[in-house]
Amino acid sequence: MTTTKSKVVYSPVFTDGAEFRIPTFKLLKQDGKLYKSAKAPDLDKDKALRIYRAMVTTRILDERMLAAQRQGRLSFYMQCTGEEAAVIGSAAALDDGDMIMAQYREQGALAYRGFSIDEFMNQLFGNELDYGKGRQMPVHYGSKKLNYMTISSPLATQIPQATGYAYGQKMAGGGHCTITYFGEGAASEGDFHAALNMAAVHRVPVIFLCRNNGYAISTPAAEQFAADGVAPRAYGYKMDVIRVDGNDILAMYQATQEARKLAVEHNRPVLIEAMSYRLAAHSSSDDPSGYRSKDEEAVWREKDPILRMRLWLESKKWWSEDDEKQLQETMRREVLETMKRAQKRPPPALDTLVTDVYDEVPPHLAEQFEKVKAHIRKYPDEYPKSAEHAKGGA
Amino acid sequence: MTKMNMLQAINSALDTAMAENDKVLCFGEDVGVFGGVFRATSNLQQKYGKDRCFNTPLVEQGIVGFANGLAAQGSVPVAEIQFADYIFPAFDQIVNESAKFRYRSGNLFDVGGLTIRAPYGGGIAGGLYHSQSPEAYFAHTPGLKIVVPRNPHQAKGLLLGAIHDPNPTLFFEPKRLYRASVGEVPDEDYRLPLGEAEVIKEGTDITVLGWGAQMEVIDQAVERAEKDGISCEVIDLRTILPWDVETVANSVLKTGRLVVTHEAPLTGGFAGEIAATIQDRCFLYLESPIARVTGIDTPFPLVLEKEHLPNALKVYEAIKSSVEF
Ligand SMILES: Cc1ncc(C[n+]2csc(CCOP(=O)(O)OP(=O)(O)O)c2C)c(N)n1
Repeated sequence: MTTTKSKVVYSPVFTDGAEFRIPTFKLLKQDGKLYKSAKAPDLDKDKALRIYRAMVTTRILDERMLAAQRQGRLSFYMQCTGEEAAVIGSAAALDDGDMIMAQYREQGALAYRGFSIDEFMNQLFGNELDYGKGRQMPVHYGSKKLNYMTISSPLATQIPQATGYAYGQKMAGGGHCTITYFGEGAASEGDFHAALNMAAVHRVPVIFLCRNNGYAISTPAAEQFAADGVAPRAYGYKMDVIRVDGNDILAMYQATQEARKLAVEHNRPVLIEAMSYRLAAHSSSDDPSGYRSKDEEAVWREKDPILRMRLWLESKKWWSEDDEKQLQETMRREVLETMKRAQKRPPPALDTLVTDVYDEVPPHLAEQFEKVKAHIRKYPDEYPKSAEHAKGGA
Repeated sequence: MTKMNMLQAINSALDTAMAENDKVLCFGEDVGVFGGVFRATSNLQQKYGKDRCFNTPLVEQGIVGFANGLAAQGSVPVAEIQFADYIFPAFDQIVNESAKFRYRSGNLFDVGGLTIRAPYGGGIAGGLYHSQSPEAYFAHTPGLKIVVPRNPHQAKGLLLGAIHDPNPTLFFEPKRLYRASVGEVPDEDYRLPLGEAEVIKEGTDITVLGWGAQMEVIDQAVERAEKDGISCEVIDLRTILPWDVETVANSVLKTGRLVVTHEAPLTGGFAGEIAATIQDRCFLYLESPIARVTGIDTPFPLVLEKEHLPNALKVYEAIKSSVEF
């Protein structure tokens, strides 16, 4: 039996789906005013300011840490400059108990949830306080407390996991959903397609949030797909979809709020495509001048999502020049001070080399570890970071 | 001859192959106008056009599946996987498809033209997802060839060897040496044979065997051991599958001792295969147990990378204890 109920025609009719044009949802203009027929979502002053602070914090952290990378203090860094509204606007529309499964460029969601600057720094410097115990590259954050799944570098692997996690949430009695973030590049991976299909078939409360920022490293979106972005793929799976101006904090917030309702109250998975632009380089190892023009970047710099929100806040008299100055100053100071602290802290203990591979260290690994320690004891000067820790043992 | 680093040598090999045969195509993530994230494919799109050197969408299973189809058609695809750590989404296409095309069709079809290049290995502060050495997973799969060069001269010669070999070949490039290793490389086409190890240095007391980036580590270890009066024979395996048992066994018959080193974890690592085969061939000649110096059985760490990696000191220690056994 087939589940397709289609109309019959008697001459061959091909279609490429071009008739489906997905509209873009926008509320806020760059000058901070609403579009004529637009109505702002229900967002009170406290929440609006929490969002704005997270955006500014993220921007300052990104600028400062890229500079730190350039100074050789940090091995690697990835910014989310230009995409703050897409990430923070969506994260703010969730319940703090909802799960976030991110790709890697979503530090804004963590900042919004309350990850402290100290916590960011400890991960970036891989010191003894890093929750990930210095095992992953900088920006691979995770927080159990804040329901933020630790980042994994292989792209798109989190997307079907989000479907599974959310199915578990539904089975556990509902009330919560999972949001998963990914780039338009990662949406090419097989995992993306598997995730959407399973979510639609099993009616899973999951929100798929594609940050379409125009580039996957050097590859422009036009070389990533022939279709009108990522959004139309939802049709193929019979899933609700919305395309949003990703630099518009109000639109991102409202769209995600409604998506969450569909997911949690009706078990309908939703795809959101946030249209934005990766203003920064892909990472500190990348140089975008090799593949795109300064003019192109300039056009998007004009659409800065943070400035857009600030102008809106000012129009509501919720924010002033002085507030801005004060926030900038305190954040900059905090970032610098915490960076110094984090950098001075010792690295994770030597036994983190073998812990967490399994629930307990199995005998073969314990034996290998004893050998490593004996070797370090013999050549302590060669292993200054761990010589002290190697002292104990057989 | 031109002085080149390993990336330039790889680029020169691709350029040579593309100039000679317009069936040769290069593709992968960011491979086109940008020349790949490491720049191994620089200028090839400008030179040979977008039809022969191009960016693919970001999907490794697609890249290798597409390459399998192309190779079956008679083209000569050289697909790039951006990091060897990201070859696993393509695992099925490689181990079930590339490797078995010829066998399952009774040689009606094959993907012999296929070469897959991927940067592998640690020492670049990459943590657990930018440092893996996955050769052993593939070495368990009959039908593939696996090649690892150690310097620019080897990289060009072996890559051209792989491209012209009538079997699907994985070419793992030691990314730690991409810019660090520099040497004279012929400008013209030359091909080094697959399946042949190279005895780099002759010696009488012990055989020290490795591949790729470990060869540099071995050099340093051996230099130190020779100061202690130990004469080392050094072999670069170059091809992991099928590997050159003859050359290694002959060396061990002479020296009576063997140290094998690789970055991948110990358990199930390719050194285990070598140790088993060599003790089978050379049992009565061995004067000490075959030693393995490898990464430990954990994922690849970041901060404690040095403690994890098999370095020159660890290889030197293994040489010493073998000789003093
Ligand atoms: C499976 C896999 N393949 C390749 C990579 C290397 N890589 C890291 S980021 C990236 C580009 C991702 O682009 P996109 O998903 O659009 O996200 P953006 O960086 O634009 O935020 C690539 C190719 C990877 N991490 N994982």
